[in-house]
Amino acid sequence: MKLSESSDNPARSSHNQPPTQFHSRPWAASLILTAGIALLAFGIALSLSFGAASIRLFEVWNAVFHFNPAIQNHQIIWEIRLPRILGGVLIGVCFAVAGAIMQGMTRNPLADSGLLGLNSGASLAMAICFALFPGSSFLQLMLYSFVGAALAVVMVYGTSSLSKTGITPVRLVLAGAAVTALLSALGDAISLYFNVGQDLAFWYAGGLSGTKWVQLSIVLPWVVVAFIGALMLSRSITLLSLGDEIALSLGQRTGLVKITGMLLVLILAGAAVSLVGSIGFVGLIIPHITRKLVGVDYRWIIPCSAIMGALLIVFADLAARMINAPEETPVGVLIALIGVPFFLYLARKERRAL
Amino acid sequence: MNNVTSGVIAKASHRKKIHDWIVVIILIMLLIAAFTISANTGTIRLSPMELFKTLLGQGTPQQELILFEFRLPRMVISILIGAGLAVSGCIMQGVSRNGLADPGILGINAGAGLMVMLFVLLFPSMQTTNSLFLLPGLALIGSGAAAILIYALSYKKGEGISPTRLLLSGIGVAAGISAAMIIMTLKLTPESYTFVANWLAGSIWGSNWKFVMALLPWLIILLPFAYYKANVMNVLNLGDQTASGLGTPIERERILLLAAAVGLASSSVSVSGGIGFVGLVAPHLARKLVGPKHKMLLVTSALVGALLVLVADTITRSLPLQKEIPTGLIVAIIGAPYFLYLLSRSKG
Repeated sequence: MKLSESSDNPARSSHNQPPTQFHSRPWAASLILTAGIALLAFGIALSLSFGAASIRLFEVWNAVFHFNPAIQNHQIIWEIRLPRILGGVLIGVCFAVAGAIMQGMTRNPLADSGLLGLNSGASLAMAICFALFPGSSFLQLMLYSFVGAALAVVMVYGTSSLSKTGITPVRLVLAGAAVTALLSALGDAISLYFNVGQDLAFWYAGGLSGTKWVQLSIVLPWVVVAFIGALMLSRSITLLSLGDEIALSLGQRTGLVKITGMLLVLILAGAAVSLVGSIGFVGLIIPHITRKLVGVDYRWIIPCSAIMGALLIVFADLAARMINAPEETPVGVLIALIGVPFFLYLARKERRAL
Repeated sequence: MNNVTSGVIAKASHRKKIHDWIVVIILIMLLIAAFTISANTGTIRLSPMELFKTLLGQGTPQQELILFEFRLPRMVISILIGAGLAVSGCIMQGVSRNGLADPGILGINAGAGLMVMLFVLLFPSMQTTNSLFLLPGLALIGSGAAAILIYALSYKKGEGISPTRLLLSGIGVAAGISAAMIIMTLKLTPESYTFVANWLAGSIWGSNWKFVMALLPWLIILLPFAYYKANVMNVLNLGDQTASGLGTPIERERILLLAAAVGLASSSVSVSGGIGFVGLVAPHLARKLVGPKHKMLLVTSALVGALLVLVADTITRSLPLQKEIPTGLIVAIIGAPYFLYLLSRSKG
């Protein structure tokens, strides 16, 4: 289905000819949004009731909406399971939306926060924290993580924009690869030197299980603001994904859009990494799948990616708790297990770059 | 008029040739300088004069022991793996027509790492010198298996393999392998973890003539092979249609070249651990120096790679720290900023 030149698209209708006719499937997107939210609610309920102590759904309902601190099961749900699941939803949204924004802006289907160095920056900050400031609070860890991710972004963007021809997708990804190599080498060196490597691995692998309300309350406002920002920016990202020249000719202030977009990515990825460490696959595959399903309009891609990302993490986390109960499997590993075959399948079908 | 133009072109290409040879000679001189400095670094120092004498067999027994038994094998290995990884990356970038392709991205390092980790996990007590000689073989099997898997996954009947598909499959497989490795990490004892982490970060532990002997045959066969195929790579760079139009059997050449790249990378990685950055960066730097034609590009890549790893390893040995930082990390720490600098100055 072609996106018609409708009144909700002033930049396009001001030109007589649309620059490129791209495919968009609003019906598929609406379906994903509604069915996705229903499925997500189901997943959350399932996740709340399942665990070391199995709790019936009726009691779950009561625990959430009529919390009674005297009942132990209510305590379990309210203090352990709910923050964990909400954390899962949150990081799913974060990674997926960050990936979608990056892929759109850089016009590179492989772009995600891992490839552009953000995760390695955040991980470096974590390594420094673990090595030099053991016992940092979560707020401190998150802020360091932000700083680390920001450092990576500044380096990637800085070096690619210094060049005479400015920021190009190829240069951005190359710079990302180099910055990733540099920052993760520094991180590795620190964790090897101070012997904190395995601690870090445990911390990351523990993933969602340690999520607390305090952490959520710190992260949530950032994520909400960034997500709304992403929705507001989505139309500009669509235009940017058609190429800089087209976007410019349609009156986009590409520089401003890119900087805003990058800032959003920074907040989203930084928040997510500080909660669970680097879970690489979500940001890479979810936008891929979403684009296949709903077309290339980022006004649909971004909300749909958010839902699909949340779904992936919630169900993966559920599975991670079930596979080898009562021991937990790291959720990142499970996501890779689900994601890799699917990604390989997509790779086989891939005909064009984006 | 026509004669004049062709004369100008001939002159320009002549000048380009001279320029390229100057670049190569400078790189060789830098390599010799790095070699001399490297020999002079460490607890017992060998001055350039002593180095020269010892090389000619006129040094004291102590100097000979230091040089021939400890320092020289390690320096030779640094140079060999630097060249091997760089050429491997150069081939991969040429064949896939993608500047991001390197042994790390295509899962070679991950495959080797998985085997090493499996071994350490299953036989935790076997980290003796004997088992160290087993590891290169295992790493070779692991990286070869990963490469075959990636190739099979990106192969399609009738279409062969497309560069994009190859790269995507590599990323997918590497991600899968590293997920498996995370699980293993959690089950390792702290000592085994330290060993594996050091290995993965690329510490040259095989500083022994036996490792040189294990590595050398691969390089002696595959490096000249790559050079011999330089023109094929030039043609492949023009795109599949043009290449097959020129009568190149694309699929066969691609398989041969990729196999050579995998052989180079996995034999190097088996001795050096996961040094990941050389294969990506050295070809890029070389392209900046001598342009995209593969004959000079391969030679320059090999020299840049060798120089990079040798310098990094020298730094590793001379850092006044209680623990040795793996060479692979130093490679990234000195290579990446320079790469970024070049990137920021590039026009294309």
